[in-house]
Amino acid sequence: MAKHHIEATVNGDAVEFLCETEETLLDVLRDTLNLTGSKEGCASGDCGACSVMLDGRLVCSCLVLGCEVSGRKVETIEGMAKGESLHPLQQQFLKSAALQCGICTPGVLVASKALLERSPNPTETEVRYWLAGNLCRCTGYDKIVSAVMDAAATMRKG
Amino acid sequence: MTETNGHANGQSNGHPQGFVGTRQIRPDGVDKVTGRARFGADFNLPGQLIGRVLRSPHAHARIVSIDTSKAEALPGVKAVITREDFADQPSEFIPAGEMMMNYKDVVRNVMAREKALYEGHAVAAVAATSTAIARRALKLIDVKYEVLPHVIDVVEAMRPDAPLLHDDLFTVGVEPKPEKPSNIAKRVEIKVGDVEAGFKKADLIVEREFKTAPVHQGYIEPHAALATVSEDGSTELWTTTQGHFIVRAHCARLLGLDMGKVRVTATEIGGGFGGKTVVYLEPLAIALSRKAKRPVKMVMSREEVFKASGPTSGATVRVKLGATRDGKFVAAFAELKYQAGAFQGSPVQPGTMCAYAPYDIEHVHVIGYDVVSNRPKVAAYRAPGAPISEYAVESVVDEIAKKLGLDPIELRMMNAAHEGTKAAYGPKFGPIGLEETLNSIKKTEHWNTPLRKWQGRGVASGFWFNIGGETSVSLTVNEDGTISLMAGTPDIGGLRAALTSVVADELGVPYEKVRPIIGDTGSLGFNFLTGGSRSAFSGSMAIVEAAKQIKNELIARACKLWEAKPDQVEFKDGAVRPLGALAEKVKPMTIAEFAKISGKLGGPIGGVGRINAQGAGPSFGTHLVDLEVDPETGRTTILRYTVAQDAGRALHPAYVEGQFQGGAVQGIGWALNEEYIYGEDGKLQNAGFLDYRMPVASDVPMIDAILVEVGNPKHPYGVRGVGETPIVPPLGAIANAMESATGIRFTELPMSPPKVLKALKEQGRNKA
Repeated sequence: MAKHHIEATVNGDAVEFLCETEETLLDVLRDTLNLTGSKEGCASGDCGACSVMLDGRLVCSCLVLGCEVSGRKVETIEGMAKGESLHPLQQQFLKSAALQCGICTPGVLVASKALLERSPNPTETEVRYWLAGNLCRCTGYDKIVSAVMDAAATMRKG
Repeated sequence: MTETNGHANGQSNGHPQGFVGTRQIRPDGVDKVTGRARFGADFNLPGQLIGRVLRSPHAHARIVSIDTSKAEALPGVKAVITREDFADQPSEFIPAGEMMMNYKDVVRNVMAREKALYEGHAVAAVAATSTAIARRALKLIDVKYEVLPHVIDVVEAMRPDAPLLHDDLFTVGVEPKPEKPSNIAKRVEIKVGDVEAGFKKADLIVEREFKTAPVHQGYIEPHAALATVSEDGSTELWTTTQGHFIVRAHCARLLGLDMGKVRVTATEIGGGFGGKTVVYLEPLAIALSRKAKRPVKMVMSREEVFKASGPTSGATVRVKLGATRDGKFVAAFAELKYQAGAFQGSPVQPGTMCAYAPYDIEHVHVIGYDVVSNRPKVAAYRAPGAPISEYAVESVVDEIAKKLGLDPIELRMMNAAHEGTKAAYGPKFGPIGLEETLNSIKKTEHWNTPLRKWQGRGVASGFWFNIGGETSVSLTVNEDGTISLMAGTPDIGGLRAALTSVVADELGVPYEKVRPIIGDTGSLGFNFLTGGSRSAFSGSMAIVEAAKQIKNELIARACKLWEAKPDQVEFKDGAVRPLGALAEKVKPMTIAEFAKISGKLGGPIGGVGRINAQGAGPSFGTHLVDLEVDPETGRTTILRYTVAQDAGRALHPAYVEGQFQGGAVQGIGWALNEEYIYGEDGKLQNAGFLDYRMPVASDVPMIDAILVEVGNPKHPYGVRGVGETPIVPPLGAIANAMESATGIRFTELPMSPPKVLKALKEQGRNKA
């Protein structure tokens, strides 16, 4: 079967690509668009390492088909820093040593940004439940949760 | 919360205002928060093929024949490999870090030969122009199996009538040598004093049997490798590994290559915990590329990671501990039966050595058995073997405290190993920090907070040896005075940050002026892998050596320039400084100033540290946990957790805390939820993150970390390894807290909700 021709917006740029029916958005991002910041940890929506925003909604890109994003907006970790400055979450993760190996970090950051957009002053419990879909095996989550709350405080100050 | 307790290391590094011990931003950090950092699966080469592995659907089967002709004929398929593509290897044991390795087994594990020994065992592999074609090709490979009876459980595998995995496996370590082969590969033993006599002196003896389930390291990044072999045999490999030099050694051996022609680059590594110290895909990718003459990329699925890469052993452990009325341990016995998986090499040896290491006991006898069964071959997992045996011992220690009416911390303190204690496994300990960790825990507000009904509190201590080993680093002073550091041990959790601080302090330059990279196997001398909690310990030692060369060289150049003698100058704070009368004639010269004129004075500036690091310091830790059991569901919630561990000296306190916190949470998973579940058919039933339930953020509280620093006198900065010990105490601490919450002594891990509920029901207590 012929490939699908898809046009979409990724990190603000208009993109077009061809994809097989069974290719996931994650496959397209990584293998076709060379945006390898989103990671594949499970391909079943359990680890969150492939988290991206699709039309403003947090999704696992391994559970979305490439052809489903036709005409839609995708935001990935590669679009998180604006110009020369890192997003406050990115800065805080560095400051707080909230990453060890770093493989879950892109997904955790994308998910955390989505949280702070809807809840600028989250409780620890809220952060923990929101990030329950993002597995991290290195940190024990302590420094991640603190970093998200500290970044939220920074962002509230503007 | 962080507080620094205990003694600071007595040995100053000479730079009290330095970067060591401060929380600098990791130099590789920006790449990791922006998605730039390239991990195993992120590498691609022009013209690359996709490699896929055909795996055994059977737990145990003779491979009668493999017909690859149809797969080879499929358009787009460029290479197919099977057992025929790997020469057999002689049976001999070669040290591989904390374990021994037998290439006869390694070659059979990467590609099944006579038999498939577990579900998921590699049987063939293909390289094709697309993933879809590779998948289709796998279906066209015709493997004829003769299915054999299998055995999964360790105790069943030890029975004389158990299905036999290897007909040439005769138990080592028993006299006389057995006449018949069995699944028991090895019997090991440590013995000091006379336990029989010791038990006679005991007023109380507690004896119990424990069972633990195999658990996976659970790194989020699946194994991945990209290989390219040219017509002249030059080989390049990018792989996610804890030790690229070890990967090179294995691949060269398995494929008959000259090491000098194999260049291995360690990609960023997305977690390893011991599981990325062996080879799986790497030799297959090279063999496929050699055949296809094109680059081949291979990535495991999560299911493959669970089924075909190393979990750690499940085990059955019997512990018998005797104490006097006032709590002094007088005799200790243990028998450990560890699953090795399909090939021998479980971590039962370190399990025996660690079992009683935290305690000063006169009579100790520990026996261990290394047992094969139809499961994936185990791989190292953070303090391999120790959490299992120490869990059993810490449970019994707790029971003794209860029975004697003693405070569990006081009981441990009374028996704690300390400087001068001769450990049952051999050495006499130097300065160690077990007592300091116990004291730190006792002083916490956590220890003194009241608990409610169905809540429990548990404490346990733990020990791990740590290692040093072969290490090479290079330091280069660039023309502008900035410093390039090249290390050869993959950075798995902040190593670059720790080592950069050491370089900055040694050379007296700002942290930001030092840029670290992890060099490939062609760029640096041999490095043993990142494992054994050795990379910061050994790397910093090698840096001291390399920096010394630079300082000596600059002193020599200054003497030449100033026509001075070495005793008229000194290297301090990043410059060679004139002393005494000379100081009136010449001004100090910084590293950058020497670098600027190196074309005229002496040439390029650099140093190389090549050491076999000795003097690794054992690290002890004590964990404290509060939990609550829901009697209606059997679910356990961790309420509060505190770790105190002796780091010797924390080069980068935040990443040391991170090791404590991460290890504790891995231990929580091991204690409460994680396990390999097999069906009667010998197949793994939970090969995915949904059913193999690792802790998520909402499962755990903050993990308080207390850095205890009892300096290691054999390290220039006082460093001990810190990475492994944190996973040792949680199993016992949580089991002890469960007993405190429910009154039930759980002797089987994981203490998952169904098991807890069943135990409560048996006592008619499953109601709030």
